[in-house]
Amino acid sequence: MTQPTLKQYETNRFSRIYALGAARGDLVVTNDDIAGPIDSSDEWIQRRTGIVSRRRASANVSLLDMAVEASNTAIKRAGIDPKEIGAVIFSTITHPHQTPSAAALLADRVGANPAPAYDVSAACAGYCYGIAQADALVRSGVAKYVLVVGGEKLSDFIDPTDRTISFLLADGAGAAIVGPSDYPGISPTVWGSDGSHWDAVGMTASLLELRDGTASWPTLRQDGATVFKWAVWEMVKVARAALEAAGVQPEDLAAIVTHQANIRIIDELAKQLEVPESVVVARDIVYTGNTSAASVPLAMDALLESGAVKSGGLALEIGFGAGLAFAAQVVVLP
Amino acid sequence: MALSQAEVLSGLAEIVNEETGIDTSSVQMDKSFVDDLDIDSISMLTIVVNAEGKFGVTIPEEEVANLKTVGDAVNFIVNA
Repeated sequence: MTQPTLKQYETNRFSRIYALGAARGDLVVTNDDIAGPIDSSDEWIQRRTGIVSRRRASANVSLLDMAVEASNTAIKRAGIDPKEIGAVIFSTITHPHQTPSAAALLADRVGANPAPAYDVSAACAGYCYGIAQADALVRSGVAKYVLVVGGEKLSDFIDPTDRTISFLLADGAGAAIVGPSDYPGISPTVWGSDGSHWDAVGMTASLLELRDGTASWPTLRQDGATVFKWAVWEMVKVARAALEAAGVQPEDLAAIVTHQANIRIIDELAKQLEVPESVVVARDIVYTGNTSAASVPLAMDALLESGAVKSGGLALEIGFGAGLAFAAQVVVLP
Repeated sequence: MALSQAEVLSGLAEIVNEETGIDTSSVQMDKSFVDDLDIDSISMLTIVVNAEGKFGVTIPEEEVANLKTVGDAVNFIVNA
């Protein structure tokens, strides 16, 4: 008796992003609205962050609501049947349940049930982590289409008196459909983490400390100097490595879409990369704020919707944040 | 070979000029970054990042707060 030959997945050579979808918080929150508790001003906030206003969600709008809206748009634009989605990856740090995942609920709400679904915790790098995984799942043949969502309702985890990060933060969700392609649409991802700086940005306390009464409701905070230096100094190296891995030069890009952390970081990164003026630098932060995992897809969608970039161009996307975690890849714009 | 104080001052003045537009001649040893040159904390960090690259030194985050004047920064880099 001979042993049968195992079947394995039939692979796809290439993958690409088919479409994006975006949902922003329904409220426009100005600097004047939040300046009081941090003893600041519109001018001070604009000068240090570039933010004019930020989008936050009403109390009755959940993280999942925004993720569903963004996902439905992406699915519709991609022209696929949600039943063909072979995996749902939801990058978020603000799903208010330790378990079950937000992704399982999202998959059900968008008609992708029973697709495998799981959350990714890589903070502001989360969407690019998700694209890396989706690319691998599609090319390996594990999934035909993958729904990747970066979504946050950060306003549930802010301290209005915190001067380190809370005033930057906003709510939203960005979604992408990744699927098989006739041409290379997603470059190798340069990604990683540095847990030696685990404390640089994150929550003020653990849930155990909250339970034991030794801490109040955990909120986000950061060591701004450490994060700024890392974001500029180390992420330039990551961005250059991603360009090299993709086999493209800065002048080949249509756009650079960085995590929308702070306009000063965005501008300094673009300067260090020595990108020509022809390359559009995403500055969605100005009227959206910092939406962590959602910021890259929201910024990319805004560039496409405004006509600032065209479908088919190349974009360097780079996410970086708590972990510390980072990921960068070059993609063909959907 | 270690850089001289004058070389570091000149290089630092160029970095400050690029970040803030302040004339290089205004970047003198006794000038305070905050009080005289009106440089905010994020510009200061940008200057630090660029100085690290230009002079091949590491300026720890906790040290940045001690760099009150241009002279403080120049001397730190010369002695690093």
